[in-house]
Amino acid sequence: MKGTNLGEFEELVLLTVAALTDEAYSVAICDELSDHTGRTVKLGVVHAVLNRLEEKGLLKSELGEATMARGGKRKRFYQLTMQGKSALMNAKAMRDQLWARIPSLVWGKM
Amino acid sequence: MKSQREHHPPAWAQRFIEWYCKPGLVEDLTGDLHECFERNVRSIGARRAKLIYIIDAFKFFRSYTVSRSIFFHLFMNHIMIGSYVKTSGRNIMRNKLFSFINISGLAISMSVGLLLIAFVLDLHSYDRFHKNGDRIYRITSTLTSKNEQNGKFASASFKAGRLIRDKVSGIEEVTVMRNDFSGDAAVGDNVLPIKGFWAEPSVFKVFTFPMEEGNVETALKVPYSIVLTKTAARKLFGDQAALGKTIKVDTVVYQVTGIVKDVPFFSHISFEALVSLSTAEQLNKGDKNFASWANMWSNSVYVLPSENADMGAIQSQLNTLAREENQGEENDKIQLELLPLYDIVVGEHLRQPEGGPGFSGPHVSPVVLWILGGLAFIVVLSACFNYTNLSIARAMRRIKEIGLRKAIGAGRGQVRLQFLAEAVMISLAALVLSFLLFLVLRPLLINIAPEMQRTVKLDLTPAMVIAFVVFSVGIGVMAGFLPAVFFSKVSPINAFGSVSSMKVFKHLTLRRSLVVIQYTVTLIFITITAVGYVQYKNILAFDLGFSTANILNINTLDNKSDVLLRELGEMPEVTGVSRSLITTGVGNAWGGSMKYKDSRDSVGVMTNHVDENYLPLHNYKLLAGRNFVSRPATAEAVGEVIVNEQVLKRFNIGGRHPEKAIDEQVILNGRKMTIVGVMQDFHYGKVDNLIGPVAFTSWTPEDRVIISAKIQSKDMPATLAKIEAAWKKIDRVHPFTAAFYDDEIKEAYREFSTMIKIIGFLAFLAISIASMGLFGMVVFTTETRLKEIGIRKTMGASTGNLIFLLSRGFLVLLSVSALIALPATYCFFEGIVLPHFPYHTPVHLPELLVGLLAVLLIAFIMIGSQTLKAARSNPVAVLRSE
Repeated sequence: MKGTNLGEFEELVLLTVAALTDEAYSVAICDELSDHTGRTVKLGVVHAVLNRLEEKGLLKSELGEATMARGGKRKRFYQLTMQGKSALMNAKAMRDQLWARIPSLVWGKM
Repeated sequence: MKSQREHHPPAWAQRFIEWYCKPGLVEDLTGDLHECFERNVRSIGARRAKLIYIIDAFKFFRSYTVSRSIFFHLFMNHIMIGSYVKTSGRNIMRNKLFSFINISGLAISMSVGLLLIAFVLDLHSYDRFHKNGDRIYRITSTLTSKNEQNGKFASASFKAGRLIRDKVSGIEEVTVMRNDFSGDAAVGDNVLPIKGFWAEPSVFKVFTFPMEEGNVETALKVPYSIVLTKTAARKLFGDQAALGKTIKVDTVVYQVTGIVKDVPFFSHISFEALVSLSTAEQLNKGDKNFASWANMWSNSVYVLPSENADMGAIQSQLNTLAREENQGEENDKIQLELLPLYDIVVGEHLRQPEGGPGFSGPHVSPVVLWILGGLAFIVVLSACFNYTNLSIARAMRRIKEIGLRKAIGAGRGQVRLQFLAEAVMISLAALVLSFLLFLVLRPLLINIAPEMQRTVKLDLTPAMVIAFVVFSVGIGVMAGFLPAVFFSKVSPINAFGSVSSMKVFKHLTLRRSLVVIQYTVTLIFITITAVGYVQYKNILAFDLGFSTANILNINTLDNKSDVLLRELGEMPEVTGVSRSLITTGVGNAWGGSMKYKDSRDSVGVMTNHVDENYLPLHNYKLLAGRNFVSRPATAEAVGEVIVNEQVLKRFNIGGRHPEKAIDEQVILNGRKMTIVGVMQDFHYGKVDNLIGPVAFTSWTPEDRVIISAKIQSKDMPATLAKIEAAWKKIDRVHPFTAAFYDDEIKEAYREFSTMIKIIGFLAFLAISIASMGLFGMVVFTTETRLKEIGIRKTMGASTGNLIFLLSRGFLVLLSVSALIALPATYCFFEGIVLPHFPYHTPVHLPELLVGLLAVLLIAFIMIGSQTLKAARSNPVAVLRSE
């Protein structure tokens, strides 16, 4: 069903938001993703994904305090919604199930 | 330490985001970008940080960030433009006559602009196909010599090329090309003339001439190898493979070592074949002069500096090299310079030695382009004047419309925009029409001269289309500028007041001066054409001092002339034949130096080698002595000379009596000769040269032959066909090349006639545009004054009175134009042009007046017909309508 399925990058962003807890705003998410995946992540792409996830109801956001580093602009912090959490759990469960189905023999032969 | 300068992201990019972004997203988006910016400033510097910021500003322009309202704004603007288009369209339709005058006038003048744009773009597309084009330079040689051949030449010596390769650092490749390899290529029974250059293997490294078959590295290495273009190969070998086969050119056998793609049209180097330069070295082994420093006549040297090379350093190395070499030379000092490849076709005029047709390729000096551009601009401006003039003249009718617009809230800018939009629409409509004209005029321009056909194609390219549209919009803005400014100033209060209170009439001076300028330009164009044409006719009819009527000059190339001469002699239509080395009077020259008794006093004389029939055939006037009688078989045996009066005058031979000069001895080119005859002075060179000393000696079979045949025939084509058939017997390969002497003279002054044609064409355009403008003005004036005319008529004015009243203003303007134009043209010719022609005829009054009369006549017809119509109108009908 469309809407509940997560794309690979969407899943990564959701996980990062969860991992960063209180510090989850776009630039930090972007940095974190770059560090952990080793690929260059563009701010624009992250923004678009965050926006989409929010529209899907997996994330919610609120504005924080203004800082000088941002030219007096406030940050938008993201948090997982209940739907977001369950979407992540579902994704993990689905993967675990599939992992469990792989017989150990298959690895041995490789 | 100085405090770190604060950097800010580019403000306009920030504003751009704020403009398009949804209000809810603006803050965190710009905040994010700002944070990244600050970070980037520290890590990679302010400049790149700014660049990234700008790129991101555009990247964030996505469907989810963009607020709906900006689409609305765009849409609104679109509606406004739509409304401009609509009102403009209505206006164009409502005033059919004015729109017709404006559109056709602009179209006619724009077609000239289109031709010029196409011409310039074609010239600038030369040599752009070379991969390293921006790095390639030609070596030019500036000669300072004791002989009179000084100047900057496109060629350079073989030795210069070699020295640059060995000694100059910072150069990746050098390639030397030797002028003109040409001859008859034979493959089996197939004989065809072929043209090309001698070249080194490095030619393929410097230039991009892709090789289809054969090895690029080795193809031009070994002597007697030849690389053909695809077309040349097909011409010679048909469908057979050419690679590895042999070709006999004249007496030398070459092996085909490569096939290259055909040279693109827009290349200043154009060839059918390249022969290894080592062949030329072999063939010229005995010639010490071949590789001497001062022999800069027959080779071209091109260099490809390494990337990022310091051109200044290379130039100074060239200077040093030249200085060293010049020390060894007594007579000639040569200076080497670098000329960028792209400046060869459009750039400084370089001299090129004789015998290198096509070697330097086509060349147009920027001055010519500027002049042509200036003339085209004048014509275009004239059409713009029409537009401006007519728009402002119609002001009274539109002023209420503008007043209304303003009253309901239109700003100045919007009114301005509306009028500009209208002008641009008209000019775009004119573009369509002028493009059709362009298609009609294009073949005319290309066929105006053979050089033109070789130089440009004027084919439509995408760049050209863009240039056309931009040009058209530019014209629209130019034409609409003054009306736009004028109408935007209209105040809504005045607009609804009485007509007479408006200050429209203060623009009368502007309109008047525009008309005067237009007519001055037109008159100048026309009188230049008339005067030029008369001068040209005078040159053609000029008494050269000998007769050229009905004489056909046949270039026998390298063929034995005896057979042809005998056949010609048997034809009843041919009343006489003679042989000579060159054709005089058309700019050809064959020189020598002559000495008389004083061995230190030598004079350059022009010579020709002629047989005993030459002088009588051409009606040369012998003042004393006799014609040649003997027929020397070799150059050594020649001992008689016939000189002109200038020779006698120069050496003071025989005082004032030509008879006394007979049997005197002179030394011509180191050989002792006896003067056997003295001929009257005649024009050896073109009419723009002064008559100098000339000496004729006997033609010998060792010389090249031009056969001159005097023809008396009622059916010229049949006679020519007969002669051509005779030619075919002696030469199957080469086409029959013959021309009537008079035609050759015409050909010699073709540049002149081309110029007259172009200016004449512009004159025609200028007069038609100016006439249309005048016509519009007359129609308008008479229409607005109809009531006045009606009243005057009822008061008893005669038709004659009225015509005088209506046309007086225009006639004054035309007289002012004539007073400016005629003296200006006269001074232009007498002061600038004619001094170049020592034997010109002065400018006469009739030539100057003929243009004026033509213009006046056309103006009269237009003014007369309209005023007559107005004067004859029924006052009752006119006055009742109020």
